[in-house]
Amino acid sequence: MHFDVAYMLGIIPQILQYLPVTLTISLLSIVLATVLGLGVALLLRAARPLAAFAHLYISFFRGTPVLVQLLMIYFGLPQVFPLMNNLDAIHAVILGLSLNSAAYLAEVFRAAIDSVDEGQWEASLASGLGSFQAARRIVLPQACRNAIPGAGNIWIGLIKNSSLAFTLGVSELLAGGKLIATESLKFFEAYFAVGLVYWALTIVLSELQRQLERYIGKPYKV
Amino acid sequence: MISVSGLNKIFQHYHALNDIHFTVERGEVISIIGPSGSGKSTLLRSLNLLVKPDSGQLTIGEMSVDARRLSRSDTRLFRRQSAMVFQHYNLFRNKTALENITEVLIYGRGYSRADAAERGMALLTSVGLAHKAAAYPATLSGGQQQRVGIARALSLEPEVLLLDEPTSSLDPELRRDILNLIAALAERDFTMLIVTHEMHFARDISSRLFFMDQGRIIEQGPPAELFDITTGGRARHFLHDVA
Repeated sequence: MHFDVAYMLGIIPQILQYLPVTLTISLLSIVLATVLGLGVALLLRAARPLAAFAHLYISFFRGTPVLVQLLMIYFGLPQVFPLMNNLDAIHAVILGLSLNSAAYLAEVFRAAIDSVDEGQWEASLASGLGSFQAARRIVLPQACRNAIPGAGNIWIGLIKNSSLAFTLGVSELLAGGKLIATESLKFFEAYFAVGLVYWALTIVLSELQRQLERYIGKPYKV
Repeated sequence: MISVSGLNKIFQHYHALNDIHFTVERGEVISIIGPSGSGKSTLLRSLNLLVKPDSGQLTIGEMSVDARRLSRSDTRLFRRQSAMVFQHYNLFRNKTALENITEVLIYGRGYSRADAAERGMALLTSVGLAHKAAAYPATLSGGQQQRVGIARALSLEPEVLLLDEPTSSLDPELRRDILNLIAALAERDFTMLIVTHEMHFARDISSRLFFMDQGRIIEQGPPAELFDITTGGRARHFLHDVA
């Protein structure tokens, strides 16, 4: 067996040069997907045609491979809509990952909203709050707490899926690793190093999620 | 002060409220009693439109609504006439005891933060919970939560206080505590409608009892009359069974 630990560790700084691209894709997609997911979750509770659209949206983006979606957006959309010709690969990836993850997040948010006790709505309305204030001040903050564990899973998945940008020719972490691997032919070490960087990223995100859970969960501690 | 006529509510095939009529004078305390599923809670929740009646005329204080023609803004305005105390307290779980009061004053009634806080503290003091102002509901006992619930309802200065089994979730000793608080409000001439299974309490503090069964108010009158063997009818039997 041949596993060159020193080499593997040595190339990590090289790989980290590509980190900003991965971070940009991941963070922007997380923000966009979360906003979009919340919107779709609210549509699910809206009137018929809007709710039907939301269901269709979720069904399509959960039911088709994310790689297929990315290829459709980057290579396909400009053919149908010439305006999108100057959509570059990074933006296509951010768009695709956001649309995809929003479908999963919408389901998480819907369940989180539904799991807030009906009595919280009733008490809000009976105390003279309008439905907007009831949602904003009372129900959604509680739904937020219910949503964090599920949303965290999807955010972590999204970070890992950012590696699919590689297939559209974006120079992110995985592309960096591949470049190094083909130079040295030490494939295992190179890809292992890439894996370690993703792992570290998701550990950081998990820790942030834990902190957020603890902060939001404070009022509910007995 | 309160007047209800032709009030109907049908759930699926089940006539929860069947042509209800009654009036209540200012300062009266009405206890609504009757077997489970007789429509007591539905009646109370129709009065603040948490349950949308299928038909009926409702008047509380200066405002009247027709249940068949109810706009969103009418609904919201009509809810201002009453305040509700719930069986399971329903305190806002993400807000402290004080915020449970200030939130509804600021976002429901347009109070400034300072005014809301001042009023909130005064009310918490009046129910003996000033020292728990910063506590979240999860850390309060059932009795304390219900006292905050009552303080929140009082903060809205409603024409009528609606209490939906306010002591049913409480231990016997905590129950006494809340019953005393409600009795004190009754003495201060708050208009109240109380759904309750506490028959002795109902007899002691009510000006009148409504006895409900199968969506109708079958008997109503002063407690002495309904509890009396000679004049009491169906209600008397029910009271005899539970008391």
